[in-house]
Amino acid sequence: MMKAGTRLEKTLRAGHFALTVEVGPPRGPNPEDVLRKAKLLKDIADGYNVTDNQTAVVRMSSIAGAVILQGAGCEPIMQMTCRDRNRIALQSDLLGAWALGMRNCLCISGDHQKASASGKLKGDPGAKNVFDVDSMQLISILKDMRDAGVLASGDPISQPTPFFIGAAWTPFAPPEEFRVLRLAKKIEAGADFIQTQAVFDMKRFATAVAAAEKMGLTDKAAILAGIIVPKSARMLEYMNANVPGVEVPESLIKRMAAAKDQRQEGYKITVELIQAAQKIPGVKGVHLQAIESEEVLPEIIKAAGLLPRPQV
Amino acid sequence: MIIAEWKPLPELVEKLKGHTNVLVAGCATCVAECAAGGEREVETLAPLLQMALKKEGRTITVRTRTVERQCEWEFVEELAELVPHVDAIVSIACGIGIQAVAERFPDLAVYPGVNTTALAIRQEPGMWIARCAACGDCVLGETFGLCPVARCAKSLSNGPCGGTRKEGKCEVDENLDCVWFQIYERAKARGKVDQLLKVRKPKNWSNSRHGGPKRVVREDLRP
Repeated sequence: MMKAGTRLEKTLRAGHFALTVEVGPPRGPNPEDVLRKAKLLKDIADGYNVTDNQTAVVRMSSIAGAVILQGAGCEPIMQMTCRDRNRIALQSDLLGAWALGMRNCLCISGDHQKASASGKLKGDPGAKNVFDVDSMQLISILKDMRDAGVLASGDPISQPTPFFIGAAWTPFAPPEEFRVLRLAKKIEAGADFIQTQAVFDMKRFATAVAAAEKMGLTDKAAILAGIIVPKSARMLEYMNANVPGVEVPESLIKRMAAAKDQRQEGYKITVELIQAAQKIPGVKGVHLQAIESEEVLPEIIKAAGLLPRPQV
Repeated sequence: MIIAEWKPLPELVEKLKGHTNVLVAGCATCVAECAAGGEREVETLAPLLQMALKKEGRTITVRTRTVERQCEWEFVEELAELVPHVDAIVSIACGIGIQAVAERFPDLAVYPGVNTTALAIRQEPGMWIARCAACGDCVLGETFGLCPVARCAKSLSNGPCGGTRKEGKCEVDENLDCVWFQIYERAKARGKVDQLLKVRKPKNWSNSRHGGPKRVVREDLRP
């Protein structure tokens, strides 16, 4: 039985290899910024992740961004973090988002506010965080609102809110052997689909997925491999050194550094990563991120042979 | 113990504008252990304040006194004999001690000389690390004696976030251990990883500050 009947859910259920992309909301109030991306990316994916103040930097809210995308014909996957809202605000926003037509929600703990001061941005490292509930508990809350029509308190709501529930997985972060167990907890809590932290080593990822498959997890939830489009060798080096849970093989950094046109090489690498992910048993799709350069996505997805997207 | 850290000297100097007789009051308990507000720090801060004010052409008389515990009324009382001679008190006890002094001597300006920052333990000489958040719903029995509320940057209940760095450090500070990494290691060493597999429900925060300022009444001890 369909849980929320979203395009992403139908795509996965029909057995198609799913494709989602990330759309960061603007640091400003202009809906045109979202609509421009929607126009660029329409019909190239089965779901569009709208981040929730990622890296703790103030942006247009994920709900607002998601609603604008939906209006432009791109089915959003609204992201929700536990950093800024307690259980009252989270559930209230879930009711509101559902009322506005949102049906996919990815539950994550959220980057710490300390991360917001970086580059040219002052950010809000002095902000107070909330973390009343964690991502696991947020998943449970969504499940109970959908399947039992009750809130975290146990109080009933006037009607259930069927969301297709997503969660994140960082398979290579330490303690590595615990990561698959934590994935199992998220699925037990109610996650329907999983989007992973960026993977650059598909062989290693295949081992992690095999462990999940052995535990029966790949049948219970759809795992989408996270892929970030690399722009340069420097970016790969930076991510390898500074982004927890992201491991970039030395050979890939060298290959990128040796390339005449690093951007083109980055597209080529992305296509290869997508095709490698397709071959891993138990992987049901990919989640593509082209940070601050979403315009490159259509070309890459076409080159990977994933267009047109299936009609479901 | 309760951990405090000195406020920047310029902030104190600014506060003391218009005062001429100041008492720097220390506490010989927690803040002495964390080298912020004990007798040694009182005797260090007093001349520093005097010098800083002198630079601005202001002369003040600074008296000093360190009591055993600024959070107990009978020890606070020891300050009473000095009070007639001063027009302000800089307390470098924790926030509890500072408020006790302010409550006992309500006519006097009382300024905090420190910021109270954590409930912590001395991990190594010169290094203190938070241990408790006074959350009112202790989970140490389920987390192998390591507190995720105080020691995880996100107070997570169900295991480490995706931000654990190589070598098991926290994403917000490369020098800080990821407590969920440590909890997992301890569980593994005891052969009890299965205890970490249960999905833990949202915490009840109401037995802490979140339930309103804490007031504990023990009828058996009431007069």
